[in-house]
Amino acid sequence: MTDELLAVADRVVGWANDHEQVEVVVVHEHETEVRAYDGEIESLSSAESRGVGIRVIADHRQGFAYAGTLDETVLAETLAEARDNAAFGTPDEFLALAEPDGVAVADLELVDPGLATFSTDRKVDLALDLERAVRSADSRIIGVETAEYADSMSASAVVTNTGIRTAGSETACFVMAYSLAADGDDTQTGFGFSVGKGPDAVDLDRAARDAAERATRLLGATKPSTERLTVVLDPFVTAQLLSIVGGTLTGEAVQKGRSLFAERLGESVASRLLTLVDDPTDPAAFSATETDGEGLASRRNPLIEDGVLGAFLQNTYTGRRAGTASTGSAVRGYSSTPGVGCMALALVPGDKSQAELISGIDNGLLVQGVAGLHSGVNPISGDFSTGAEGLLIRDGELAEPVREVTIASTLQRMLLDVSAVGSDLEWLPMNAAGVSLVVGDVTMSGS
Amino acid sequence: MIDEAIVERTLGAALRTGGDFAEVFVEDKRSSSAMYDDGKVEELTSGRDRGAGIRVVVGDTTGFAHTADLSEPGLAAAAEAAAAAARGGGGGERVVSLERRSTEPPNEVEILPETIPKASKVELLGRADSAARAQGSAISQVMARYADSRRRILVANSDGLLAGDDQVKSLFSISCVASGDTGLQTGRESIGATVGFELFDTYDIEELARRAAQRALTKLDAVPAPSGEMPVVIGKGGGGVLFHEACGHGLEADLVNKNASVFAGRVGQQVANPLVTLVDDGTMAKEWGCYAIDDEGRPAQRNTLIENGVLTDYMWDHLRARKEGRESSGNGRRQSYQHLPMVRMTNTFIGNGPDDPDDIVAGTERGVFVAQLGGGQVNTATGDFVFGMTEAYLIEDGKITAPLREGNLIGNGPEVLTRIDALGNDFAMGSPGTCGKDGQGVPVGDGTPTLRVARLTVGGTAA
Repeated sequence: MTDELLAVADRVVGWANDHEQVEVVVVHEHETEVRAYDGEIESLSSAESRGVGIRVIADHRQGFAYAGTLDETVLAETLAEARDNAAFGTPDEFLALAEPDGVAVADLELVDPGLATFSTDRKVDLALDLERAVRSADSRIIGVETAEYADSMSASAVVTNTGIRTAGSETACFVMAYSLAADGDDTQTGFGFSVGKGPDAVDLDRAARDAAERATRLLGATKPSTERLTVVLDPFVTAQLLSIVGGTLTGEAVQKGRSLFAERLGESVASRLLTLVDDPTDPAAFSATETDGEGLASRRNPLIEDGVLGAFLQNTYTGRRAGTASTGSAVRGYSSTPGVGCMALALVPGDKSQAELISGIDNGLLVQGVAGLHSGVNPISGDFSTGAEGLLIRDGELAEPVREVTIASTLQRMLLDVSAVGSDLEWLPMNAAGVSLVVGDVTMSGS
Repeated sequence: MIDEAIVERTLGAALRTGGDFAEVFVEDKRSSSAMYDDGKVEELTSGRDRGAGIRVVVGDTTGFAHTADLSEPGLAAAAEAAAAAARGGGGGERVVSLERRSTEPPNEVEILPETIPKASKVELLGRADSAARAQGSAISQVMARYADSRRRILVANSDGLLAGDDQVKSLFSISCVASGDTGLQTGRESIGATVGFELFDTYDIEELARRAAQRALTKLDAVPAPSGEMPVVIGKGGGGVLFHEACGHGLEADLVNKNASVFAGRVGQQVANPLVTLVDDGTMAKEWGCYAIDDEGRPAQRNTLIENGVLTDYMWDHLRARKEGRESSGNGRRQSYQHLPMVRMTNTFIGNGPDDPDDIVAGTERGVFVAQLGGGQVNTATGDFVFGMTEAYLIEDGKITAPLREGNLIGNGPEVLTRIDALGNDFAMGSPGTCGKDGQGVPVGDGTPTLRVARLTVGGTAA
């Protein structure tokens, strides 16, 4: 598949004029999604999509165009549009496409060949089995709102007339269940999932067990009164927090005056227990990738070491503007120009399990899920406030469930207030890994 | 957009192995946007998305496939894939003969964005940047974005329906950063409508920019928001987000059908204070969530969901309505041809109440006044929902006082609806929004007058 994409990209790059830089990103993806409901297949979707994004830089101005097809006539049209759009950009001496920088591309196993031969019937069975497993996990499970199997095979290529020519493929498999549990009038929900490169890596039982347990253990939840306490963030919650923190540690945010860490390189910005690394070359990462969105080799980038801020992530533009270089951190789809972002962010784990962390806490809250991170967290000011559900911790034990509360602090304070990192690191279907995290002095707002 | 005879034959191919229902959805969307940030026009982007989504329904199972290849063989291949996915047992020839239905759009588009020179679009951005920065040297960064889109759709199904729509939208947003001793603060404003470039005859871009800058500057003096339950007054316009989350999603028939809504089985019951009449109206001219037909070919409707506090109906799409033996309410929407339609809101609003908005604030001894809301999120099964406050103030002794840092508010939909104890007479629509559900985003509008919720949990850090 990649040869075909490279051929398309090569052809378009071949149309470049003498005085312009042209970058072509081409993607091709197959996806299957099966949803089960009430013992039947609710829907089965099979999809194939292709797309191209073309960036032109001429006279230090940038233009961009994309199309959701690789039709020959559309390719020429898209290049013409990108070229035309470039005339309206503001000249910026730092605008340039990536050039080979000598960093070797890691050889990662991102394709599970088993997926290509995994039949639709077996995918259907997985979705049906998943629903059945959630339903039978606990008598209080009254329904499964979503039981889904999904997979994708995708390939992409980046070619420029500045010497970049890369392509790669990857596969992914995913099962996810969202359960409904009831006890009397009380209803609660819970999700569970499992991901991997191929069907064999997917742990259906675990997804079902998590979906059932997360819902049933919240049954009887009440709204507690407001207080300040220590919170233990479940791995899935920590991953979402890290993803937000990662967004503040980019050259783009710093250069545009939108990072709360802009002037803090070399300073202690977090508890000395925190070492944060973005490493898309870690083959265990769900988001592992050999190259970034500009075709440069992805690489390991330590960001915070023992609490000290060490570096920001850069793409080609921000690297040039900072007077450094790209860290291989360009992120994009085919329908946008490259931004800068983390790709596979993880904390270096500690040595205690979640249960051991909890056993050391007199008064706290295990946060199982959060809601409204997009509406109550401002990554520019650092204000952090989110809806939460979970279980109270009393004298080192999990106690009664709570709902309809918020937890609030600021991103700056939370990083400093981390008092332990768990040992339970796991990669999640996002750009960050989860791990249990203990954060002190957080306000829980209830009644 | 595509030959009717080809669509008829594609539907025939979709039903070749049986099936109760088949549908072809064709979309051709062109979009353009311009991004201004850090004092520069960063880039203009042009986009083209074109393709067809085909679904085949057999019993309770839907098979779906999409393709960017709109040739007859391309469509036939997608139809066969959808049919195979639906696993129809039967067979036999089905001939579909289409009958074109036309629906008047809610409003005419005066100036198609594609007729406007790119330079004119870019020029708006620089004007907004200058106006925002002129509000004070503390404004340290400005980002402005212009975007337009033209989405032409055609829907045909095995019931013989053939309908089309031409949806033009224009959007402008501006975000400012203010820097002060206490760090960075942000302010945002956006306008958007289902119109062409005439949007900018209606709205003053400079005024919009000044408002965004003022929001950021005001917050430089913000104090931590309080924590715990208290009265919350929400200013006109923005309160729509509250209803969108507190009950809107819970009134979508697909969720009700799966018993995943606290409002399931409650039609005819008093669910809100009698002050509350909630309407979802896809026909509201020019609003961000309006259209002539939904993405299943059904004309948009005005649907009353709650009347004087009594739940009157849910919102429906084709599939869920068919199951109940009733008509769709025109709420079947999808993000693109690559997605299956589902029940979605359009423009959701609460009409005017009896109260003077100033009296609502004056009658609140201590609480929070929310001047601008951010997004929100709801768990429809439990009814618990959050929404963000991006500009808010303390209310002390009936007066609006100190600005507050940002945060979320949390409540339970059915409880909050009964706790609305004041409704103003100053109705306004809010900002254009994108509603996310199940991974699909669609444009929606909302609106309310000033209103008060007697008790709601504010998620700040102060006592």
